[in-house]
Amino acid sequence: MDKFYHSVRLDKDLCKGCINCIKRCPTAAIRVRNGKAQINSKFCIDCGECIRICPHHAKHATYDTLDVLKQYDYTVALPPPSLFGQFNHLDDVNIILNALLRMGFNDVYEVGAAAELVSEATREYLNEHKEIRPVISTACPTVVRLIRVRFPNLIPHLLPLNPPIEVAANLAAARAMLKTGLPREKIGIIFITPCPSKVTYVQSPLGVEKSQVDKVLAIKDVYTQLLPHMKAVRDVSVDLGKAGKIGISWGRSGGEASGLFTESYLAADGIENVIRVLEDLEDEKFTNLRFVELNACNGGCVGGVLTVENPYVSEVKLKYLHKYMPVAKSHLDEDAEAFVPWTAPVEYEPVFRLGGTQQESFTRLNQVEQLLKKFPGLDCGSCGAPTCKALAEDIARGAATEKDCIYCLRQNINKLSSEVSALADVIAEKQVRRREAVAILREYITKITDEMSLLDNQGAWNSGEHHNENETEAHETE
Amino acid sequence: MSEEIVLTYPISPDDFTRAGEASSDVKQKLKQMGVSPDAVRKVAIAMYEGEINMVIHARGGVITVKIAENAITMILNDQGPGIPDVALAMQAGYSTAPEEIRNLGFGAGMGLPNMKKYSDTMEIQTTLGVGTTITMSVNL
Repeated sequence: MDKFYHSVRLDKDLCKGCINCIKRCPTAAIRVRNGKAQINSKFCIDCGECIRICPHHAKHATYDTLDVLKQYDYTVALPPPSLFGQFNHLDDVNIILNALLRMGFNDVYEVGAAAELVSEATREYLNEHKEIRPVISTACPTVVRLIRVRFPNLIPHLLPLNPPIEVAANLAAARAMLKTGLPREKIGIIFITPCPSKVTYVQSPLGVEKSQVDKVLAIKDVYTQLLPHMKAVRDVSVDLGKAGKIGISWGRSGGEASGLFTESYLAADGIENVIRVLEDLEDEKFTNLRFVELNACNGGCVGGVLTVENPYVSEVKLKYLHKYMPVAKSHLDEDAEAFVPWTAPVEYEPVFRLGGTQQESFTRLNQVEQLLKKFPGLDCGSCGAPTCKALAEDIARGAATEKDCIYCLRQNINKLSSEVSALADVIAEKQVRRREAVAILREYITKITDEMSLLDNQGAWNSGEHHNENETEAHETE
Repeated sequence: MSEEIVLTYPISPDDFTRAGEASSDVKQKLKQMGVSPDAVRKVAIAMYEGEINMVIHARGGVITVKIAENAITMILNDQGPGIPDVALAMQAGYSTAPEEIRNLGFGAGMGLPNMKKYSDTMEIQTTLGVGTTITMSVNL
């Protein structure tokens, strides 16, 4: 699978070419070209911010539909803790787990149960690696992707353990094969996701070659299906819950860290806050912390863009739900232990480099500095790039031109206009013959008209052909 | 690559909310340039420490960063009080930072030692009552 696979897509027909998404994107991955947004797949980290902000619902995430249940002889649902935070007055996870079975799944395997195993393995890892300070959580795939492209010095700090989703998938598949005797391909391991980031993880995982999750459904789709079944199972539910307080807490920011039994941790949530913490970590400002938990979404996984409930309300619901639960219900054994460590390394992908070689990058950086002196610094977005700096970088990379800036264009037009009026003065003093004067005037009118038509076709609205499409490698809905 | 890129950052005095902006900007540019992650780290930390020092001790100043083919040079220039005893200031843990600065988590006495540690060359020119110029370089 492509290492820059993405689940965040654009629906071209719905896109109006406004600048909301380009402004919100934390990696400046989006440009408006030919009146439509384009996502640069190398810069995109699948955080879902553009889905959240788009007023026209032109951005969406790809995931599977409920029909996938029919594709397998035996299916196992992997519900994450964030799912439990979506429902009002839920006091027992068994209501959800049993409702999933009624919905058509043959078995359930709580991701929170696997999370408790990961917590245990993390505690061991921290004890064995006291020299790595801090260790950075790898449960949020967007955070790992961000570090992979932007924070190479922090890669050795990454916790080299699989996220709970992957550990749960491995254990669920093993259990299903044992129970049914079916071959692996007839068993469907189906994750119910709060976010596009985990859809991407399943297609193009980090830390393992191939994910054991077969299909991914969205919480918002499953939510409406579950409601009628929840009423039906309220009094007849079988005890299936395998996650305790630690496992359930993983659904919210700070939950993962709270399972490590250390106070020397920091938990940040929301992509902008995550970036600020990573910048500080890179500058070695927190060398005494043991652990850093980072979640791209506000509030943690409950803030995923595919959830239905307000993340802060979800957080309260999770706390209420796990109040009287034992600290943990699942514990690491030898079988499970084998599925926890990473089996493939995460490597630096220097996608933000300006050129192919250091020399080319140097020249381009110089060009960016010169261009920035020319641009107005308004970051208006009219050119289709989020900032003047982003436009300057695009120009240096050969993916845009100076004329994409309407202010530069306006300057050109003003200059031409004042030249024409100077010419008119000359003609008035009859220093030029009539025929010559008309020819020169015509020439200027053509120039001004050309510039004006460029303005009409301006970047964000309708860009010219000069943009090198290869540079932006859009990933759109096929 | 005959020419060099020169970046100038005025450092405003007594504004901790802006301290670190200059080093952060340089860090981003070096990454775009494809400089090795290790060199980026060294420049970022050495410059950050210098930037903080200028805010705490010297009422701000100007940092000039020169990016050339084989080295990054950072020139930190201020019109502060000067450093009375450079050898003492270079000792890890020695600090003259006032209490309110220490309460902000700064002034642990690691500024100059860290600048020395993370740069390949460091030169201090200081005159009491006139100011200080520190020139650091990191080889590429």
